[in-house]
This record gives sequence, C-alpha cells and structure tokens, in this order.
Amino acid sequence: MQKLLLLGDEAIAQGAIDAGMSGIYAYPGTPSTEITEYVQHSREAKQKGIHCSWSTNEKTAMEAALGMSYAGKRAMVCMKHVGLNVAADPFVNSSITGANGGIIVVVADDPSMHSSQNEQDSRFFGKFAMIPILEPVNQQEAYDMVAYGFNLSEKYKVPVLMRITTRMAHSRAGVARSASLNQNEMSLPSDLRQFVLLPAIARRRYKLLLNNQDAFEKEAETSAFNRYIDGSNKKLGIITTGIAFNYLMENYPDRVVPYPVLKIGQYPLPRNMVEKLCKECDEILLLEEGYPIVEEMLRGYLDNSLKIKGRLDGCIPRDGELNPNIVAVALGMEDTKGLDVPALVTARPPALCAGCPHIDSYVALNEALSTLPAGRVFSDIGCYTLGALEPFQAINSCVDMGASIPMAVGAADAGLIPAVAVIGDSTFTHSGITGLIDAVQSNSPITVLILDNGTTGMTGGQESAAQGRIEALCKACGVEEEHIHVLRPLRKFHEENTEILMKELAYKGVSVIIPRRECIVAIDKRMREKEKARIAEQEA
Amino acid sequence: MKRDIILAGVGGQGILSIAAIIGTAALDMGLHLKQSEVHGMAQRGGDVSSNLRIADKEVASDLIPRGKADIVISVEPMEGLRYLPMLSADGWLITNSKPYVNIPNYPEIESVYSEVAKVHRHVILDAEKIAKDLGSSRAANVVILGAASDHLGIAFETFEKAIRTIFHKKGNAIVELNINALKAGRDFAAKNSIL
Repeated sequence: MQKLLLLGDEAIAQGAIDAGMSGIYAYPGTPSTEITEYVQHSREAKQKGIHCSWSTNEKTAMEAALGMSYAGKRAMVCMKHVGLNVAADPFVNSSITGANGGIIVVVADDPSMHSSQNEQDSRFFGKFAMIPILEPVNQQEAYDMVAYGFNLSEKYKVPVLMRITTRMAHSRAGVARSASLNQNEMSLPSDLRQFVLLPAIARRRYKLLLNNQDAFEKEAETSAFNRYIDGSNKKLGIITTGIAFNYLMENYPDRVVPYPVLKIGQYPLPRNMVEKLCKECDEILLLEEGYPIVEEMLRGYLDNSLKIKGRLDGCIPRDGELNPNIVAVALGMEDTKGLDVPALVTARPPALCAGCPHIDSYVALNEALSTLPAGRVFSDIGCYTLGALEPFQAINSCVDMGASIPMAVGAADAGLIPAVAVIGDSTFTHSGITGLIDAVQSNSPITVLILDNGTTGMTGGQESAAQGRIEALCKACGVEEEHIHVLRPLRKFHEENTEILMKELAYKGVSVIIPRRECIVAIDKRMREKEKARIAEQEA
Repeated sequence: MKRDIILAGVGGQGILSIAAIIGTAALDMGLHLKQSEVHGMAQRGGDVSSNLRIADKEVASDLIPRGKADIVISVEPMEGLRYLPMLSADGWLITNSKPYVNIPNYPEIESVYSEVAKVHRHVILDAEKIAKDLGSSRAANVVILGAASDHLGIAFETFEKAIRTIFHKKGNAIVELNINALKAGRDFAAKNSIL
C-alpha cells in the first residue's frame, strides 16, 4: 500500500481508526486539534461508525472516554497539555479505576509555547498517575503506537498516556498503514465494582496499580520503542526521549553515532538499559524534548554520583524546544548559521483579522471604560486574547480556560468595582459557566462580556457547544433577564453598544453582554465549502 | 539528493498550498519528505513558516539546521529576510515583491528590496501582477513556486502533474491557470536570476 503523507496528529488518528477505536473525545487545543478533525473528516471512520463529536471540555472528554472503556470498547481522548490540567481529576483517578476497553490519552505538549501559556511536560502527569507512557520519535511510530497502546491498555486494564510535542503533531511524513482491526464488542467489566472508587475498593485497586509497576517496566525493557544502539566511543553515552533522537541523528549525516545511544519511546524507563549505559560510559548526555524529567531522575537529589550533561547544568537551554543546532553545540560540534536577520525586519505578532467582530466589541468596551481608571478587565483563552496587544490594550489577564469570570468576582470582592470579564462563547461553555454561577451566588458587581462568534475560532473554527444557547444558559445560572443584552458588534451600532455597556457597568450586580456576530474566518470557510459542494454537484 | 526548503509568509497567505504541490511532486518521485507546519495562534496574521525537507534517503529532523537551507521561498519580501539565518551561503532566496502590510511599523519598502538584493543568489518578482495578467491573482503563490522550480531537484513536468492532481477537482480552467502560472514564474526566473 502507498504511504500516506500525514501530520503526526493525523497519523495518530489514522492509527486509531485502524486499531479498532470506537470513539474519540476531545476539546480543541493547539497542537492536538487535528487528531479529532482527521477522524471527523475520515470516510472510513464514518463507515465504521466511530463516535467523533467535540466534548464541552477536556474533563468531560476524559470521562466520556472512560465510560466507553467501561463498556468494553476502545476509546481515545485528545487534548493539549494544559487541557490535561482540566482533565486531571478523571485522568489520575482512571489509573485507579483502570480500564476495560483500551483507552489512550493523547496529550500534545507545546515546548517553546508557540500557542500556549506554559510548556508543562505531560510525562510528569503520566508518572504521577503511574501509568505507561508512549512517546513517538516519528509519524510512523505515532501510527504504530496506537494499536500497541490499545493492546497494552487492555493487557493491564489501565489507561495509557501518549505524549507528543508540537513538532511531532504538526509535521508531515510518509506513514505505512497496517491491517485494519475490528472494534470490540460491548462487554462490561468482569467486576461491576471495578469503577466504584469507594475507599475500600480504591485501596485494593491502588495496590493493584502499584503491583503492576514492575510489569510496566518489564514491558519497557522489551518494547521495540526503546532501543540501545551501541557505539565504540564510551566517553559519552546519550539518552534521547521522543523526537530528540531525530535532532541527534541530523548531526551525523551517515546516521552513525560514535557513542552508545539509548532511544526512549516508552516509560517507565527501562531500568536495565539505563543502568547499562551509565555503567559503560564516562559521561551521560540527556536530550529531552521538554522538562528535564529523566535527567532529574538520574541525577537524584544530591546529584553526585554520575557525570551528567543536560538542561540542568546549562549544557542545553533550560527552556524551549530542542533543534539540531542546540544538539550540535551540546555534542561539541560547530554551530551553523547563515546571514543575520537585517535590522529592518520587524516583529509581526498575530492580530485580530480585519473585520473581526471582537474589534468592534473592544472599541466599544474601551470607550465605555474610558472614564474609569485602567486595569479592570479580566479575560480568557481565545482569539480575543489578542485584545491585550496594540491597538486595543483592552485586557489585563489571560490565565486559563474560564478564569476571567471568577477573577473578576475576586477582584470585585477586593473592591475593584466594576470589574469586567471578557470570555468567548466556546470558553464560556468549556468552564466559564461555573464561574458565572459563583458570581450570581454572591451578587458580584461585575459585567461579563461573552463574545459570541459562533465558533471555536483560534483553533480553526470547531463547533461551539454554546451555539444559540448562551442567553438561556445565563438565565438558568440566575442572571436577571433585564441585565442580559445581545449586541451587534458593528461600527454602525457603536454608540448604542457603548451606552448599554456603560449602563451595565454602573449596575451593582451581575450583567451579561453578548456581542454576537459570526467569525469572519468561519464565514469564509462556510462559503468555500458551499462553493466546493456546488462544483461537485455540477460535475455530478 | 536533498533539498531543504523554508517557506515563509504571513498567516493566511497560504504558504501551505506551495508545500502541498512540492510535497505531491516529491512523493511522485519516490522521495522521502518531512514538512513541519505552523498551526494555531500565529496563523492570525503573524509571521509563519514551514520547513520542507525532501531527500532520497530518510529525513531525520523535522526542523532544518540553521544555515543549511538550500532555498527560502517567500510570498512576502520582509518575511523572506526573516529566515536568512537559515539559508546556506550558496542558497537561493526566491521572494514575492509585494509587501503585506498589517503592522504600523512596516519598513520602507525600498530598503527591504535593497536587503533582498544583498543576498548573493536571489529572484524577486511581482507574483500578483504576473498571475493577474494570466487571469487571476489567486495563482500568485504558484508563480512564486515556478520561479523556484529550477532549484528544487524535481523535474518541471512533475510539478505540472502535481498541479493537475491537486487542482483537478476545481475544474480544467483552474488547472490551466495554475500551470501557466508555474511556467510564467519559471520563465521570469530564467531571465531575471541574480547570481
């Protein structure tokens, strides 16, 4: 069969479709979004009846996947690294409940923060939950690991974490497919109390997890994803995790490294392999795409037994993603570089699109707030976060999904009145609603703007769970009807919109303003799809 | 054989459409390839780039080492300059001349052109105008690819075939427009390459 040219994300999706997955659950988040989108656009997935709609947030996604696993079928759940913080509760507890049908949690980390607010390393979470972790080196491994991961998950009845990073998620390469497997039949767990984590049962389940740790390590020792590649020069031994192996190989054009190399793709670490490398080599170089997790483990608290080079001694920068040049320098090779960037080249930060409805919302909000001292607008995660930049400089916070409303409540409690929250429609249903209930509960003097562009914009326009329901949701949370306003964020309504905002800013209770206009990128996408359908029809 | 290509532009300019044509042609030749893309926040009008690597043996890194790129193909002149540290000493800069101004402090365009002129091997062309003369400025990216086509280690006919494969669904007129755009880009470069 001809190889498919797939993004790492797409390779995982195709791997799951071929490995008998019955459902995929996710909330969009760069760089993980394309996994679920690929399944949604796959004709095969449709024919196989694979469930693939977006979840409201990562926590509900994780829980739905767990439910599918309970019912005996293979489920995948996908998110970006900070999404795992949201899903942490079910994720960590799922290692105690264990699985029935295979379950793979795919988390895409974003070292260098290309599109994120931090660069946390999800391998920590896998270690914390004490479950096996898979980390592919390339797109082919990403594909192959899915079937392997489902089998591993079902063998030990435990979820498996698959960790990728931006350059794996968003890089294309040829992928060869394996035979397609059938989905599992529905079957309940043999013990119907397996998932009941009452303390007495949880203690028993936890012991089982602890007892399995040795077996997980043995699996890693024999896994094809962990390889010990011997080298004649034992002055140095190199450990690579995930895609770091590629950056190492890039520096040896004939692909032969003179030093022994331990390539890691499955955790817990294969202890015997690590021990062998450390015994044989004078010095160890750690190449990890992410936090220095393996490095910290090897150094130990007192850091006095081995000679180790890595992120903690400055041999490699402490933050950011790796690249071939960083690895070259760590190997003592010459750094390479072309011409300098001419001084006239200026930064081109991302910006709100021309015609974006958020522009009109921010212009009106800035004017409504112009008579008050600055610094009272709490915002959230989405395209509208770009309102922090010139020319708007309209917001004062962006922390995590849904934080805007509770932060406004807390600031108002401290006396910052009025406080304003700015949140998008999809972020509102993701985890803004609970904050709004808090606000109503304490009758906070806050004004909440829910910028409704009808889509999850920043990640490329996925369906928003809030569609057409925002006013009803706000009313149900207890916001008084006369303090809920829907606006048309257009220049011609600027005066009218500003006036409504000013009136509600003066109100000493919870107001919700909903500027509603479709995302212009979404309109464009809709039009193009319509045109495509028209041409297809014409040809038929 | 190996070609390490940086594609550069501004989010929304469609640099990945160029990558798709080169990728399809490379696969047709049985070459290995890796193509790193930018998705997410930067797509909203920020600077974007793609690392496209094709070779007759397996490609290791998804990212091109600094100073090792064989060619920078840019759909915007200032964005091409941004990746000069990536370009090898004898590499080519192939760039569109039309600036995309979405920032208040965009430099004086003549000084951008003089920086482009300092690059030892370069081609600069008004791709929109060339494409418009052929029927639609929407084929501008293919004009730029045409200007780069001599330096990619892939036969011109293979690019033509890739365009047929990719645009086939959009009808014959679009296919012909893009093939003409490819040719026009190639012809321009043949006459105006600065060595």
